[in-house]
Amino acid sequence: MLSCRDVVTLATDYAEGRLPWTTRIQMRMHLALCALCRRYIHQMDLTRSLLARLKRDSERHEIPPSVREAFRNRKGD
Amino acid sequence: MPEATFGPDLRLRDRLLAGDEAAFEDLVAANQGPMLRFARNFISRADVAEEVVQETWLAVLKGLPAFEGRSSIKTWIFHILANRARTRAVREGRVIPFADLAAPDDETFDPDMAARFAEGGSWSEPPTPWGADTPESILLRQEAMDQFKAALEDLPPAQRTVVTLRDVEGWSAEDACNVLQISETNQRVLLHRARTRLRRALEGVLAR
Repeated sequence: MLSCRDVVTLATDYAEGRLPWTTRIQMRMHLALCALCRRYIHQMDLTRSLLARLKRDSERHEIPPSVREAFRNRKGD
Repeated sequence: MPEATFGPDLRLRDRLLAGDEAAFEDLVAANQGPMLRFARNFISRADVAEEVVQETWLAVLKGLPAFEGRSSIKTWIFHILANRARTRAVREGRVIPFADLAAPDDETFDPDMAARFAEGGSWSEPPTPWGADTPESILLRQEAMDQFKAALEDLPPAQRTVVTLRDVEGWSAEDACNVLQISETNQRVLLHRARTRLRRALEGVLAR
Protein backbone atom coordinates (compact mmCIF):
# COMPACT_ATOMS: atom_id res chain seq x y z
CA MET A 1 0.00 0.00 0.00
CA LEU A 2 1.19 3.52 -0.73
CA SER A 3 1.76 5.92 2.15
CA CYS A 4 0.61 9.54 2.06
CA ARG A 5 4.22 10.55 1.55
CA ASP A 6 4.34 8.25 -1.50
CA VAL A 7 1.23 9.88 -2.90
CA VAL A 8 2.80 13.32 -2.67
CA THR A 9 6.09 12.12 -4.13
CA LEU A 10 4.29 10.47 -7.05
CA ALA A 11 1.68 13.17 -7.61
CA THR A 12 3.22 14.50 -10.82
CA ASP A 13 4.11 11.07 -12.18
CA TYR A 14 0.45 10.19 -11.64
CA ALA A 15 -0.84 13.36 -13.31
CA GLU A 16 1.51 12.76 -16.25
CA GLY A 17 0.38 9.17 -16.69
CA ARG A 18 3.86 7.86 -16.02
CA LEU A 19 3.11 5.39 -13.24
CA PRO A 20 3.22 1.64 -13.86
CA TRP A 21 -0.36 0.40 -13.88
CA THR A 22 0.04 -1.46 -10.58
CA THR A 23 1.16 1.73 -8.83
CA ARG A 24 -1.62 3.69 -10.48
CA ILE A 25 -4.17 1.29 -9.03
CA GLN A 26 -2.63 1.63 -5.60
CA MET A 27 -2.74 5.38 -6.01
CA ARG A 28 -6.44 5.30 -6.85
CA MET A 29 -7.15 3.02 -3.89
CA HIS A 30 -5.28 5.33 -1.53
CA LEU A 31 -7.08 8.39 -2.85
CA ALA A 32 -10.44 6.67 -2.50
CA LEU A 33 -9.73 6.14 1.19
CA CYS A 34 -7.70 9.21 2.17
CA ALA A 35 -9.44 12.59 2.24
CA LEU A 36 -6.22 14.46 3.07
CA CYS A 37 -4.42 13.16 0.01
CA ARG A 38 -7.49 13.83 -2.11
CA ARG A 39 -7.32 17.40 -0.89
CA TYR A 40 -3.62 17.59 -1.78
CA ILE A 41 -4.16 16.25 -5.30
CA HIS A 42 -7.08 18.63 -5.78
CA GLN A 43 -4.87 21.53 -4.72
CA MET A 44 -2.19 20.42 -7.19
CA ASP A 45 -4.87 20.38 -9.90
CA LEU A 46 -5.96 23.88 -8.87
CA THR A 47 -2.37 25.06 -9.09
CA ARG A 48 -2.08 23.71 -12.63
CA SER A 49 -5.38 25.27 -13.68
CA LEU A 50 -4.24 28.60 -12.34
CA LEU A 51 -0.98 28.37 -14.25
CA ALA A 52 -2.87 27.66 -17.46
CA ARG A 53 -4.90 30.82 -16.95
CA LEU A 54 -1.77 32.94 -16.60
CA LYS A 55 -1.21 32.66 -20.34
CA ARG A 56 -1.18 36.21 -21.50
CA ASP A 57 -3.53 36.11 -24.46
CA SER A 58 -3.99 39.86 -24.56
CA GLU A 59 -0.45 40.71 -25.54
CA ARG A 60 0.18 41.04 -29.25
CA HIS A 61 3.71 41.83 -30.31
CA GLU A 62 4.53 43.75 -33.46
CA ILE A 63 7.00 42.33 -35.95
CA PRO A 64 10.39 44.01 -35.45
CA PRO A 65 11.02 46.21 -38.54
CA SER A 66 14.17 44.33 -39.58
CA VAL A 67 12.27 41.07 -39.50
CA ARG A 68 9.37 42.47 -41.54
CA GLU A 69 11.84 43.74 -44.09
CA ALA A 70 13.55 40.35 -44.28
CA PHE A 71 10.15 38.75 -44.84
CA ARG A 72 9.30 41.12 -47.66
CA ASN A 73 12.70 40.74 -49.25
CA ARG A 74 12.52 36.98 -49.40
CA LYS A 75 9.28 37.06 -51.36
CA GLY A 76 10.03 35.78 -54.82
CA ASP A 77 13.03 33.70 -53.76
CA MET B 1 5.54 4.05 -43.39
CA PRO B 2 5.27 7.83 -43.87
CA GLU B 3 6.38 9.88 -40.90
CA ALA B 4 3.69 11.79 -39.02
CA THR B 5 3.58 15.34 -40.30
CA PHE B 6 1.97 18.51 -39.10
CA GLY B 7 -0.26 19.26 -42.07
CA PRO B 8 -1.59 22.66 -41.00
CA ASP B 9 1.94 23.82 -40.22
CA LEU B 10 3.14 22.70 -43.65
CA ARG B 11 0.33 24.71 -45.21
CA LEU B 12 1.35 27.68 -43.07
CA ARG B 13 4.90 27.25 -44.30
CA ASP B 14 3.65 27.33 -47.90
CA ARG B 15 1.64 30.48 -47.26
CA LEU B 16 4.65 32.14 -45.66
CA LEU B 17 6.88 31.13 -48.55
CA ALA B 18 4.29 32.59 -50.89
CA GLY B 19 4.61 35.93 -49.09
CA ASP B 20 1.47 35.96 -46.91
CA GLU B 21 2.42 38.78 -44.55
CA ALA B 22 -0.74 38.52 -42.49
CA ALA B 23 0.06 34.91 -41.73
CA PHE B 24 3.55 35.93 -40.70
CA GLU B 25 2.16 38.66 -38.46
CA ASP B 26 -0.05 36.10 -36.74
CA LEU B 27 2.90 33.76 -36.27
CA VAL B 28 5.02 36.50 -34.73
CA ALA B 29 2.17 37.80 -32.58
CA ALA B 30 1.52 34.34 -31.18
CA ASN B 31 5.12 33.50 -30.39
CA GLN B 32 7.12 36.69 -29.78
CA GLY B 33 6.06 37.04 -26.12
CA PRO B 34 6.72 33.41 -25.19
CA MET B 35 9.99 33.54 -27.14
CA LEU B 36 11.22 36.60 -25.26
CA ARG B 37 10.34 35.00 -21.94
CA PHE B 38 11.99 31.77 -22.97
CA ALA B 39 15.18 33.52 -24.06
CA ARG B 40 15.34 35.23 -20.64
CA ASN B 41 15.89 31.81 -19.06
CA PHE B 42 19.29 31.74 -20.71
CA ILE B 43 20.03 35.45 -21.14
CA SER B 44 19.76 37.90 -18.29
CA ARG B 45 19.66 41.13 -20.31
CA ALA B 46 16.33 42.00 -21.92
CA ASP B 47 17.93 43.85 -24.84
CA VAL B 48 20.21 40.90 -25.64
CA ALA B 49 17.26 38.51 -25.39
CA GLU B 50 15.37 40.71 -27.85
CA GLU B 51 18.31 40.57 -30.25
CA VAL B 52 18.45 36.80 -30.04
CA VAL B 53 14.72 36.55 -30.74
CA GLN B 54 15.07 38.81 -33.76
CA GLU B 55 17.98 36.73 -35.04
CA THR B 56 15.82 33.68 -34.54
CA TRP B 57 13.06 35.08 -36.76
CA LEU B 58 15.61 35.80 -39.46
CA ALA B 59 16.91 32.24 -39.17
CA VAL B 60 13.33 30.96 -39.28
CA LEU B 61 12.70 32.83 -42.54
CA LYS B 62 15.92 31.47 -44.02
CA GLY B 63 15.17 27.95 -42.90
CA LEU B 64 11.48 27.85 -43.90
CA PRO B 65 12.02 25.93 -47.15
CA ALA B 66 13.73 23.20 -45.13
CA PHE B 67 10.90 22.88 -42.58
CA GLU B 68 9.36 19.47 -43.21
CA GLY B 69 6.60 19.44 -40.63
CA ARG B 70 8.10 16.60 -38.62
CA SER B 71 7.52 18.73 -35.55
CA SER B 72 5.10 21.60 -35.09
CA ILE B 73 6.34 24.88 -36.50
CA LYS B 74 6.31 26.31 -32.99
CA THR B 75 8.60 23.59 -31.66
CA TRP B 76 10.86 24.07 -34.66
CA ILE B 77 11.05 27.82 -34.03
CA PHE B 78 11.82 27.29 -30.34
CA HIS B 79 14.52 24.77 -31.21
CA ILE B 80 16.27 27.43 -33.26
CA LEU B 81 15.74 29.94 -30.46
CA ALA B 82 17.07 27.59 -27.78
CA ASN B 83 20.24 26.91 -29.77
CA ARG B 84 20.84 30.61 -30.37
CA ALA B 85 20.08 31.51 -26.76
CA ARG B 86 22.45 28.86 -25.45
CA THR B 87 25.22 29.94 -27.80
CA ARG B 88 24.77 33.57 -26.87
CA ALA B 89 24.64 32.77 -23.16
CA VAL B 90 27.91 30.87 -23.39
CA ARG B 91 29.47 33.77 -25.29
CA GLU B 92 28.35 36.19 -22.61
CA GLY B 93 29.80 33.94 -19.96
CA ARG B 94 26.49 33.14 -18.29
CA VAL B 95 25.86 29.73 -16.74
CA ILE B 96 23.20 27.71 -18.53
CA PRO B 97 20.59 26.58 -16.02
CA PHE B 98 20.19 23.14 -17.54
CA ALA B 99 23.86 22.30 -17.73
CA ASP B 100 23.76 20.21 -14.61
CA LEU B 101 20.48 18.84 -13.42
CA ALA B 102 20.01 17.48 -9.95
CA ALA B 103 19.74 13.76 -9.36
CA PRO B 104 16.29 12.14 -9.53
CA ASP B 105 13.93 13.39 -6.88
CA ASP B 106 14.99 12.79 -3.33
CA GLU B 107 13.10 13.82 -0.19
CA THR B 108 16.11 15.58 1.22
CA PHE B 109 15.88 18.11 -1.61
CA ASP B 110 12.54 19.30 -0.30
CA PRO B 111 12.65 20.44 3.34
CA ASP B 112 8.87 20.59 3.30
CA MET B 113 8.61 16.85 2.70
CA ALA B 114 10.56 15.95 5.82
CA ALA B 115 8.45 18.29 7.95
CA ARG B 116 5.02 17.19 6.76
CA PHE B 117 5.17 13.44 7.20
CA ALA B 118 5.49 11.15 10.19
CA GLU B 119 7.72 8.10 10.38
CA GLY B 120 5.33 5.71 8.66
CA GLY B 121 4.62 8.14 5.82
CA SER B 122 1.28 9.49 6.99
CA TRP B 123 0.59 13.20 7.26
CA SER B 124 1.86 15.02 10.31
CA GLU B 125 1.11 18.43 8.78
CA PRO B 126 -1.73 17.75 6.36
CA PRO B 127 -2.75 20.14 3.57
CA THR B 128 -5.16 22.71 4.96
CA PRO B 129 -8.54 23.44 3.37
CA TRP B 130 -8.43 26.56 1.22
CA GLY B 131 -10.86 29.46 1.27
CA ALA B 132 -11.22 29.32 -2.52
CA ASP B 133 -11.91 26.08 -4.32
CA THR B 134 -12.00 26.89 -8.03
CA PRO B 135 -9.50 28.62 -10.32
CA GLU B 136 -12.08 31.31 -11.07
CA SER B 137 -12.50 32.18 -7.39
CA ILE B 138 -8.75 32.32 -6.83
CA LEU B 139 -8.27 34.52 -9.89
CA LEU B 140 -10.54 37.09 -8.24
CA ARG B 141 -8.30 37.37 -5.22
CA GLN B 142 -5.72 40.02 -6.00
CA GLU B 143 -3.36 39.23 -3.12
CA ALA B 144 -3.43 35.52 -3.82
CA MET B 145 -2.66 36.07 -7.50
CA ASP B 146 0.13 38.55 -6.70
CA GLN B 147 1.76 36.04 -4.35
CA PHE B 148 1.27 33.25 -6.84
CA LYS B 149 2.94 35.20 -9.66
CA ALA B 150 5.74 36.24 -7.30
CA ALA B 151 6.26 32.61 -6.31
CA LEU B 152 6.49 31.69 -9.99
CA GLU B 153 9.13 34.35 -10.57
CA ASP B 154 11.05 33.17 -7.50
CA LEU B 155 11.30 29.55 -8.61
CA PRO B 156 14.78 28.25 -9.37
CA PRO B 157 15.36 28.98 -13.10
CA ALA B 158 15.17 25.39 -14.37
CA GLN B 159 11.92 24.76 -12.49
CA ARG B 160 10.45 28.05 -13.69
CA THR B 161 11.33 27.29 -17.31
CA VAL B 162 9.78 23.83 -17.25
CA VAL B 163 6.58 24.77 -15.43
CA THR B 164 6.12 27.81 -17.70
CA LEU B 165 6.50 25.77 -20.87
CA ARG B 166 4.37 22.86 -19.65
CA ASP B 167 1.65 24.46 -17.54
CA VAL B 168 1.49 28.10 -18.64
CA GLU B 169 2.24 27.70 -22.35
CA GLY B 170 0.68 24.23 -22.53
CA TRP B 171 3.51 22.40 -24.25
CA SER B 172 3.63 18.62 -24.29
CA ALA B 173 6.33 16.88 -22.30
CA GLU B 174 7.89 15.68 -25.55
CA ASP B 175 8.17 19.17 -27.03
CA ALA B 176 9.54 20.61 -23.79
CA CYS B 177 12.19 17.89 -23.54
CA ASN B 178 13.18 18.33 -27.18
CA VAL B 179 13.64 22.06 -26.93
CA LEU B 180 15.31 22.03 -23.52
CA GLN B 181 17.38 18.94 -24.38
CA ILE B 182 16.65 17.21 -21.11
CA SER B 183 15.27 13.75 -20.41
CA GLU B 184 11.61 13.13 -19.73
CA THR B 185 12.44 12.09 -16.18
CA ASN B 186 14.46 15.19 -15.45
CA GLN B 187 11.73 17.35 -16.90
CA ARG B 188 9.17 15.64 -14.67
CA VAL B 189 11.32 16.11 -11.56
CA LEU B 190 11.59 19.83 -12.24
CA LEU B 191 7.88 20.05 -12.99
CA HIS B 192 7.03 18.27 -9.75
CA ARG B 193 9.23 20.52 -7.66
CA ALA B 194 7.82 23.63 -9.29
CA ARG B 195 4.22 22.57 -8.85
CA THR B 196 4.70 21.57 -5.20
CA ARG B 197 6.34 24.90 -4.44
CA LEU B 198 3.57 26.81 -6.15
CA ARG B 199 0.91 24.81 -4.33
CA ARG B 200 2.63 25.65 -1.08
CA ALA B 201 2.69 29.33 -2.00
CA LEU B 202 -1.04 29.25 -2.66
CA GLU B 203 -1.64 27.46 0.59
CA GLY B 204 0.23 30.22 2.38
CA VAL B 205 -2.29 32.78 1.23
CA LEU B 206 -5.48 30.76 0.82
CA ALA B 207 -5.49 28.54 3.90
CA ARG B 208 -8.59 29.16 5.97
